[in-house]
Amino acid sequence: MNSAIQSKSAAAIDRAAAAGRTALVGYLPAGYPDVQASIDAAVALAENGADVIEIGIPYSDPVMDGQVIQAATVQSLANGFRVAQVFDIVAGITSRCDAAVLVMTYWNPVMRMGVDEFSRRLAEAGGAGLITPDLIPDEAAEWFEASDKYGLDRVFLVAPSTSPERMAMTVKASRGFVYAVSIMGVTGARESVNDAAHRVVEAAHAAGAERVCVGLGVSRAEHVREIGSYAEGAIVGTALVAALGQDGVDGVGKLAAELRSGTAKN
Amino acid sequence: MTQSPQTPETGATSDTADAFLAGASLRHAPGPYFGNYGGRWMPESLIAALDELEDTFDKAKSDPDFIAQVANLNRTYSGRPSLLTEAKRFSEHAGGARVFLKREDLNHTGSHKINNVLGQALLAKRMGKTRIIAETGAGQHGVASATAAALLGLECVVYMGAEDTRRQALNVARMELLGATVVPVTAGSQTLKDAINEALRDWVTNVHNTHYLLGTAAGAHPFPALVRYFHEVIGDEAREQILEQTGRLPDAVCACIGGGSNAIGIFHGFLDDPSVGLYGFEAGGEGVETGRHAATITLGRPGVLHGARSYLMQDEDGQTIESHSISAGLDYPGVGPEHSYLADLGRAKYEPITDSEAMDAFRLLCRTEGIIPAIESSHALAGALKVGRKLTEGKSDPQDVIIIVSLSGRGDKDVATAAEWFGLLDKKSPESEIGAEGEQL
Repeated sequence: MNSAIQSKSAAAIDRAAAAGRTALVGYLPAGYPDVQASIDAAVALAENGADVIEIGIPYSDPVMDGQVIQAATVQSLANGFRVAQVFDIVAGITSRCDAAVLVMTYWNPVMRMGVDEFSRRLAEAGGAGLITPDLIPDEAAEWFEASDKYGLDRVFLVAPSTSPERMAMTVKASRGFVYAVSIMGVTGARESVNDAAHRVVEAAHAAGAERVCVGLGVSRAEHVREIGSYAEGAIVGTALVAALGQDGVDGVGKLAAELRSGTAKN
Repeated sequence: MTQSPQTPETGATSDTADAFLAGASLRHAPGPYFGNYGGRWMPESLIAALDELEDTFDKAKSDPDFIAQVANLNRTYSGRPSLLTEAKRFSEHAGGARVFLKREDLNHTGSHKINNVLGQALLAKRMGKTRIIAETGAGQHGVASATAAALLGLECVVYMGAEDTRRQALNVARMELLGATVVPVTAGSQTLKDAINEALRDWVTNVHNTHYLLGTAAGAHPFPALVRYFHEVIGDEAREQILEQTGRLPDAVCACIGGGSNAIGIFHGFLDDPSVGLYGFEAGGEGVETGRHAATITLGRPGVLHGARSYLMQDEDGQTIESHSISAGLDYPGVGPEHSYLADLGRAKYEPITDSEAMDAFRLLCRTEGIIPAIESSHALAGALKVGRKLTEGKSDPQDVIIIVSLSGRGDKDVATAAEWFGLLDKKSPESEIGAEGEQL
């Protein structure tokens, strides 16, 4: 790991912590419902309380996504979304707000463009790094090289099923934060946050992770509050996508403000 | 080679390629990498399950009890060894070369698929899993999985594109008769690849009690090596049988390629025999120039899908392109990673066969040998006709050329499609309507 690299997402999480808050991380798909609206929605998300924004690249085979996000990304692709537009979206967001902007993507679109080329363009757009749901550190040699070269964060996932050996390896490979999957399953809003989340975060901390954010099934301020008692950040996706679909950009802002109310640490 | 090594630190590509050129064995490649291909491009949530499967498989392979159990089921349930039949009248159309058919169509459930499902269902039981899930396109792997689940007392859920469940109503009924639950998949393009996506979503949610019984030699490690292992019996038997019947090795072995499980199974028996040419025939659909095909190795480029790096039909953005073939079993935009490796090495050759060429070979085998082949296998037959004509060119005695074709499945399921193709149906008949939609009875 290159210690000279200043992680944008780590800085955003640390700013929230210094202000006595749990970091709020919000996900929205690129190009949904269209390119401009996805920029506006992300800015509204940041202005209403998100510290870190995740922009998801719509992909033909999203094996980790539940129905709400699938439906949104299918619509984005049907509207003609092209992968390179994600850089315009990231630049559009970073020019209008201070939130760290990560791109969440399945790996094949990155591989197709070329890992170095993708990384260079993401860094130029002001992006913080990548969250990679189907790339494990074991396969990430090219991404290690490119992310070091362009100073990008590498957010890998850990899960309730992750062994102690893999936890240590993944924590070491990550930069920015570690994404703790709260439950064995796919994205989607759930009634409560699974108990397993707490154990995953503890294991990640024990393995040396300084910043751990919890995602999957997080949709309400009370979830954010609960997660804040043991993790540095809470990640909300499906609920925001549903709000965008139902009530547009204003719906995203309103939900973000509500989620923000759960970030105050006692 | 058209790409740089993905994992340069392993040195896998140059080491294995150099070893091959130096005459080292290509048999029993253990994975996770086959040159630049294979690996585990999978969510972390599933890595523990893949590790458990790999560990269970490694122990089982060296356990005489397990080996005996598989051999016993192959003999007393599937009906192995399958026959090697010389197709004398068909041979006349292959330049006069001697063509032998490896009769996987005679196995229980009508195709090679049974070899893999029995093996994996036994592994599932060893892992203490009580539920298996599977994907299916036309329904062949789904029926085989449901069969193995019934035999071994496992719960079985099969994911199938919604469009396919409608077109393949009889195969859905078959699976349900066998006690399986069939779940129509309405996501994405509602085809085989989406059925795999949905099965993966189920697996990540239920992995504590569920084994994903993948139907082809693709996917994340250890699936490509594991599925091949259970199909190696095809090549092992064929090699022994051809030596017994002709006293020598064949000049060529031909197989069809979707994901490539029957092909890798029969190729494996001959990988280290350099005199034996290996030919894989992909689905050329309406013609590779039309864009409506499934010729993954011929026209795809390396990428990652469903857990492995391999050739892939993808657009400029890395989005998967939908494949097309008259044969549902070959209608997949990916291919097993070991085939990608054998293609790059040049050890096996991969060529497209169009729907039309496959259907001509289908009819030819029906009429010359009294065997109705699966449309999948008809691609291998069409390829064998071309290979035979080529290899016999200039030979004083064409009978000196020997070709084995993997007849991977029987064509009973394809009768409606074939009858429609050849215009054998009364236009007003219900079968005609079904056939027009690609139904395979």
